[in-house]
Amino acid sequence: MTDLSQENGPYFGSYGGRFFPEALIPALDEIEETWRKSQVDPEFTQQLLDLQQNYIGRPSLLTEATRFAAHCGGARVFLKREDLNHTGSHKINNAVGQALLAKRMGKTRVIAETGAGQHGVAAATAAALLDMECEVYMGEEDTQRQALNVARMRLLGAKVNSVSNGTKTLKDAMNEAMRDWVANVENTHYIIGTVAGPHPFPAMVRSFQDIIGVEAREQIQNAVGRLPDAVCACVGGGSNAMGLFAAFLADPEVKIFGFEAGGDGVDSGRHAARFSGGRPGVLHGSATYILQNEDGQTQGSHSISAGLDYPSVGPEHSHLHDIQRVTYEPVVDEEAMEAMQLLSRSEGIIPAIESAHALAGAMRIGRELGSEAVLLVNLSGRGDKDMTTAAKWFNYFDEGAVQV
Amino acid sequence: MTSSGPRTGTTLDAVAQAGRKAALIGYLPVGFPSVAGSIEAMVELVKSGVDIIEVGMPYSDPGMDGPVIQRAAEQGLAAGVRTSDIFSAVSAVAEAGGTAVVMSYWNIVLQYGVSAFARDLDSAGGGGIITPDLIPDEASEWVSASDEFDLDRIFLAAPSSTPERLATIVDASRGFVYAASTMGVTGVRSEVDNHARELVSRLKDAGAPHACVGLGVSTREQAAEVAEYADGVIVGSALVRALDSGGVSGIASLAAELAEGCA
Repeated sequence: MTDLSQENGPYFGSYGGRFFPEALIPALDEIEETWRKSQVDPEFTQQLLDLQQNYIGRPSLLTEATRFAAHCGGARVFLKREDLNHTGSHKINNAVGQALLAKRMGKTRVIAETGAGQHGVAAATAAALLDMECEVYMGEEDTQRQALNVARMRLLGAKVNSVSNGTKTLKDAMNEAMRDWVANVENTHYIIGTVAGPHPFPAMVRSFQDIIGVEAREQIQNAVGRLPDAVCACVGGGSNAMGLFAAFLADPEVKIFGFEAGGDGVDSGRHAARFSGGRPGVLHGSATYILQNEDGQTQGSHSISAGLDYPSVGPEHSHLHDIQRVTYEPVVDEEAMEAMQLLSRSEGIIPAIESAHALAGAMRIGRELGSEAVLLVNLSGRGDKDMTTAAKWFNYFDEGAVQV
Repeated sequence: MTSSGPRTGTTLDAVAQAGRKAALIGYLPVGFPSVAGSIEAMVELVKSGVDIIEVGMPYSDPGMDGPVIQRAAEQGLAAGVRTSDIFSAVSAVAEAGGTAVVMSYWNIVLQYGVSAFARDLDSAGGGGIITPDLIPDEASEWVSASDEFDLDRIFLAAPSSTPERLATIVDASRGFVYAASTMGVTGVRSEVDNHARELVSRLKDAGAPHACVGLGVSTREQAAEVAEYADGVIVGSALVRALDSGGVSGIASLAAELAEGCA
């Protein structure tokens, strides 16, 4: 098998590329050059390692979920605890890496798009740490359902812009961030939060996230003396998934599963399952699978999880889908919420609703593979931000209760 | 129908031979305020002295456009505009004696089928496509299709483009190069950036036969200023705004003013 973990773009099979305005191509070239040089520059790698260990809190734990395993056909289930990172998700791995690159390029300002707000918080955090100005674009619908993260970003000193055009979600936040970037590229770096966008972002963001899989591969071998039978992650843009998958792509005995947001169900039309309901096209700078109508107009996605509510997906996932190295399946809102509650009550760990999609998928895969199987699941983030959504879903708020 | 419409190079040469300083190029999105309404407005532009009409296609994710064109696109899509409406608009412009090119984000063309789009555009009498999010590096399929039908490939150049990239863009383009006057999205601006003059001169040095300037031009004075050094003056948001507020007569009077600036 070719070593898929070393694919560095600009293309992943027939996906990826730079379908982007000419005005920003020189910036993409500069980012790529700075990134490539940094990877072999001991000063940079040491600086990043220091922040990973002493700021982010790496390596993150690998926790065996023994009681949750009962819901997964009795398979052994190991959780890669990205929820324990500083700021509460895997997003900080990439935000810190790119913010360091921005500094190297002499930029004084960073911008970011965000869906659930986890990437926005991570970018705002990195900007505060490195003394940079930060502005975050977030869809109006998401600023409402993830209001806690809006407050966190503002506390960290970032400016948060609510985007009210289009579908008012992540894709429109990304459009608005692009408009900002082209006008301010001289002093501004755009920290794309996922393995999407034009080259070099998909490969670069993966390079900052692949530490997840590198650590997990070693940790699980230490725990069980072998590789897992299956690895599972949720896939919005797909950065936590690529970060975990990369370390296992070259191991044919490891099955790899990506779980997309099935929303109300793929047949309902209200979902974000690009591989079940989409087809290849071009959006936000790369060729990849997209939810779109016959004419190529992007269709609105739907998910109870803001972080998975995106009509496009990172191009490397499209390639891995087509060559059938990774299996992508939808998980509907209801399954994800059930998994969220089950993990909370069986392990005392409250997962983000995004990560709960991976947990629901693991329940499905565990039942298929049986009790001899070992599963590795990326717990990409913690669920504190989702308490309003969860409380409404499960009816946890006392009637008439108002937080004062 | 197999009538090949005029190509932009021919139109730009004719403008120069007629002794005018620059061609006037006007953008309107098809489907705004309705398909019929947009076509009527485009034909009116031809009658009012606009040499080349950019037939825009509304897109769900117009990352290169400012608020005026975003709103028009949203309205057009809400009213049900389809890709095939482009060809009706192009035909109408060609029949009115204008030169028509399409301005579209790439996914629209890609989903229609690049070769099929080129064929139908040529049949409708269109001259080529302006591709704001397709750079020559990614355009091999479009290069073949446009060669087959001898269509114009109008790529963008920006103030940030390096000399190497300008050479690639000039080499890949046919008709004219679209010189983006500023680092930013479409929209009306109080001043046209000084970068535009320099960019046009760099494009000419790189061998571009024609360079036309867009982004930010809205008045006769600005048009006259740009016409001093560019082969064509491109106006978009200002026309969309005029159509929105003043209807067909509003757009005709703005077009006539702009045409005077280019004379």
